[in-house]
Amino acid sequence: MWSFFHKLGSPPWLYAISGVILRWLLPLTLLALAVGMAWGVLFTSPDFRQGNSYRIIYIHVPAAVVALAGYYLMAIAGAINLIWRMKMADVAMKAAAPVGAAFTFIALFTGAVWGKPTWGTWWVWDARITSMLILLFLYLGVVALYEAFDNKEAAGKACAVLSLVGMVNIPIIYKSVDWWYSLHQPASIKFTGDSTIDSSMLYPLQLMIAAFYALFTCCLLLNMRAELLQREARSQWVRKLASAVETP
Amino acid sequence: MGEKARQRSGDPVMYFDSLHALLTMEGHGVYVWTAYLLTIVVIAAALLGPLRRRKRFLLQLAAELKRAQRAHDVSAGTEP
Repeated sequence: MWSFFHKLGSPPWLYAISGVILRWLLPLTLLALAVGMAWGVLFTSPDFRQGNSYRIIYIHVPAAVVALAGYYLMAIAGAINLIWRMKMADVAMKAAAPVGAAFTFIALFTGAVWGKPTWGTWWVWDARITSMLILLFLYLGVVALYEAFDNKEAAGKACAVLSLVGMVNIPIIYKSVDWWYSLHQPASIKFTGDSTIDSSMLYPLQLMIAAFYALFTCCLLLNMRAELLQREARSQWVRKLASAVETP
Repeated sequence: MGEKARQRSGDPVMYFDSLHALLTMEGHGVYVWTAYLLTIVVIAAALLGPLRRRKRFLLQLAAELKRAQRAHDVSAGTEP
């Protein structure tokens, strides 16, 4: 058990193992995304009230779910870095921020495009949408704050604090559709009790949620690998990797 | 997908009857396709960005190492 944590703190081991994981996970993820998208767009029936516009659900909901989960990951990695000074946690936090921003952007954009035919407007300043916009700014804030520091250790600490403070936003996003009157519909999938969604729509949606989780993992690992090399540029294992590269 | 496919119950049947119906989606096509297209573009960027960053860094470092090696060879007088 402890040896696993020791290895987790070793950059060359992390670089090697993430390479092995990606070799399997990336093709599987792309396949699942393609199958899920085709299933949702081509084979499901339209929603009886919203018509075909509801097909956006198959990207909108997974992107939003994973954008929130990604924030947990970023904040927890930040906390680990603050408490135990684990450098790899800092790498994970820095790598998660742009990926989370991309997923939040997908959720917001697809929501706007879905809102136009359904609500008659691209955008309303309601609780759910506004708190998701704040989530996007928190992710972008971490990215920007990292770049603002010359001292990377100080940058990691500042970003960890920012992402922990930003955790306040997460329950607000979850509960916004229940606490405030909103155009946004409440959740259709529930862990406890019956989901208010037909299984013919639920299965492709679950597949897409799984695919988006896998996609987040792939993007996170790819970012971490690039970051690891840059941080460890002076170390022997990176030089060995580079010397094996063919230069033009 | 034609009649034959519809008759075989249990098989997945495509909802749209023609390419035109698929593209227009009864007026919602422009919204659905915009959403999916942008999502695919963002996903591609999120995957290719770090891949390119890593490759560029390795190439840069490899060139640097080669330069340093050459300088070392010259100063040691071992350049062929």
